[in-house]
Amino acid sequence: MTEERFEPRIAAFLCRWCSYTGADLAGTSRIEYPPNVVPIRVMCSGRVDPTFVVQALAAGADGVLVAGCHPGDCHYQSGNYKTMRRYPLLANLLEQFGIERERVRLEWISAAEGDRFAAVVRDLTEKVRALGPLHWKGAPPARYRTAPADREEVHAHG
Amino acid sequence: MVGLTIDGKRVEVAQGATVLAAAEKLGIEIPTLCHHKSLLPYGACRLCLVELEQANGAALQAACVYPASEGLVVRTDTERVLRTRRMMIELLLARCPEVPRIRDMAREMGVADTRFPKKNEDCILCGLCVRVCQERMGVGAVEFVSRGVTKRIATAFDKQSPLCMACGACAAVCPTDAVNLEKVSSRPLRPIPSEFDEGLSGRPSIYIPFPQAVPHKPVIDTNHCLRLLDGTCGACEAFCDAGAIAYDQEDRVETVDVGTIIVATGFDRFDSRQITRYGYGRLPDVIDGLEFERLSHASGPTGGEILTTAGKPPRAVAIIHCVGSRDENYQEYCSRVCCMYSLKFAHLVKEKTGAEVYNFYIDMRTAGKGYEEFYKRLLHEGVHFIRGKCAEVTDVAESPEEEGKLVVVAEDTLLGMTRRVPVDLVVLSSALVPHADVADVARTFSLSCAHGGFFLEKHPKLAPVEAAADGVFLAGACQGPKDIPDTVAQGAAAAACALALMDEGKVTLEPVTAEIDPALCAGCRMCIASCPYEAITFDAERAVSVVQEELCKGCGTCVATCPSGVARQRGFTDIQVYAELEGILA
Repeated sequence: MTEERFEPRIAAFLCRWCSYTGADLAGTSRIEYPPNVVPIRVMCSGRVDPTFVVQALAAGADGVLVAGCHPGDCHYQSGNYKTMRRYPLLANLLEQFGIERERVRLEWISAAEGDRFAAVVRDLTEKVRALGPLHWKGAPPARYRTAPADREEVHAHG
Repeated sequence: MVGLTIDGKRVEVAQGATVLAAAEKLGIEIPTLCHHKSLLPYGACRLCLVELEQANGAALQAACVYPASEGLVVRTDTERVLRTRRMMIELLLARCPEVPRIRDMAREMGVADTRFPKKNEDCILCGLCVRVCQERMGVGAVEFVSRGVTKRIATAFDKQSPLCMACGACAAVCPTDAVNLEKVSSRPLRPIPSEFDEGLSGRPSIYIPFPQAVPHKPVIDTNHCLRLLDGTCGACEAFCDAGAIAYDQEDRVETVDVGTIIVATGFDRFDSRQITRYGYGRLPDVIDGLEFERLSHASGPTGGEILTTAGKPPRAVAIIHCVGSRDENYQEYCSRVCCMYSLKFAHLVKEKTGAEVYNFYIDMRTAGKGYEEFYKRLLHEGVHFIRGKCAEVTDVAESPEEEGKLVVVAEDTLLGMTRRVPVDLVVLSSALVPHADVADVARTFSLSCAHGGFFLEKHPKLAPVEAAADGVFLAGACQGPKDIPDTVAQGAAAAACALALMDEGKVTLEPVTAEIDPALCAGCRMCIASCPYEAITFDAERAVSVVQEELCKGCGTCVATCPSGVARQRGFTDIQVYAELEGILA
């Protein structure tokens, strides 16, 4: 009997202009990559609040990919630079929480780089698979950590 | 102003103008060799003689130096005038019997030959070179030496002059092409290569860029114009009656407000020098497609004659396809247009020179209306097609018939053997490549590059002229290699798309803009610093930041930046993203 292989779950925040289109291109080009990554579309990698990453890990993701346009190519001029500066702080923070740096990755993937998207996903999946499941317990549920502006909405939704 | 009559026609000219200038104003042609508009009147050649009616009888005077005066009556067509001019040209013809310009002029005046002993000189001592060098350039590198029958033009001590700046003005003004610049100047001569003729010919420093240029106006090459460099010359200003020459004009960057943009920045040629084994740039008779195009064009440097660098028509021509295209070392893609233009070249060579033409191809790609038929026609015209990638072009002969020829070495995959084909001219069908600065253009217009640097369209099938950014459209080879019909079609489509957007008169924004809750905003203004569009302003009265929705593009950077979490992006609120996360990770 063979041991069942660990299939990591990875959340990917992809900017709408470059990386999401790049992922789309990987699909239309019929490039194969592991199905472990689930994309979430944001308008810009600059929208990726570091809490999104923490929240993703808390919600059960074993790894997180944040991808945006190449530096200088941001559709919104400078959103990816903001991400670029936030990421090292986040990575340090996660390390203090005991989360391996390799689990969270920031990549620049252009709309034309379908093959690169697939390669990044392949590589990240293998790295996270090697690290094993995260089992990150103790994170409070989402509704208590939402931004004040969204709180009303949370209550409204019950 | 003074009024005078020439051949019965009255004309008014400025005080001090010459009779020649007055005649020109009337459109009356007076022959001359030594006159130049940008130089002072000189009166050396005496061909411009006219008859002046005076109280004491008619007198012959040189029109180029005689000043116009009130009431002057001039005849340019009397028998006496024509007879005297004929004598003058006969004397010039005796001095320079071989100079084409003098011979042509003599023939026009009805002088077939000269009765005087021929001297076989090429200089008529008009002094134009001396005068332009002194008056215009302020140099004086050449001067008259000696007197009488031994008078001639020379540099000091008959040595190459260190004063001469090799501007070439003397050669340009010389009516008999008698100036040998190499003997005049001690400096190296640097002809200005014509950009339009691919450097196959030269051009002046004021020039019309190409015959179909729009606007059809001359431009001044600021790197070479002596007026701009040294403050000398200025001859063009003297010539321009409209006074349109403005040396103080400078390049201007203009800002134009637009709502839609069509990017049609075109392509570059692959630099065939990169494939050293083809010898481009090293072997003189290896040229690329655009050079051949100029060579075979009626307005080109050879007047449309296909000639090798030795000036002879070639007896065999090789056309090498896929130079830099379909090649994993350079560009993997097919440049799409080369097969067809190579066929056109083959046809032109056959038609103009009757030479043997060898096309070295990998695959013939003649998709398009009428294209396959053209290929067939060439097969019937006797053009040779050799299927195989060319290995090298060499001038090293291995047999007597290869002596003095270029040898194209290629594998013929249909015969299964290597062939050596001796030819006189090799044309490289080089690839279409994106411009070197394509990344800057892409950045400026928020475009993506794909496929080796060509701009990416929004959708390859459904939106082939639109770019990902709203209001930006693509046309032509900047989007990918394509031929003229396809480019025209795409250009028209892009124009129609742009017009459709403009016709609407309003734009639809995506409802993903940011908003800031004024009740909770702490007024720290970090969002203002993060916004690349200056869409957030600070309301000093309420001490809160306010998003101007019409300026917000919806990137959400401010939302992620807000330390109090009071900024939110419609459609991408924190709670929505969390819900997505929970959904996908459940």
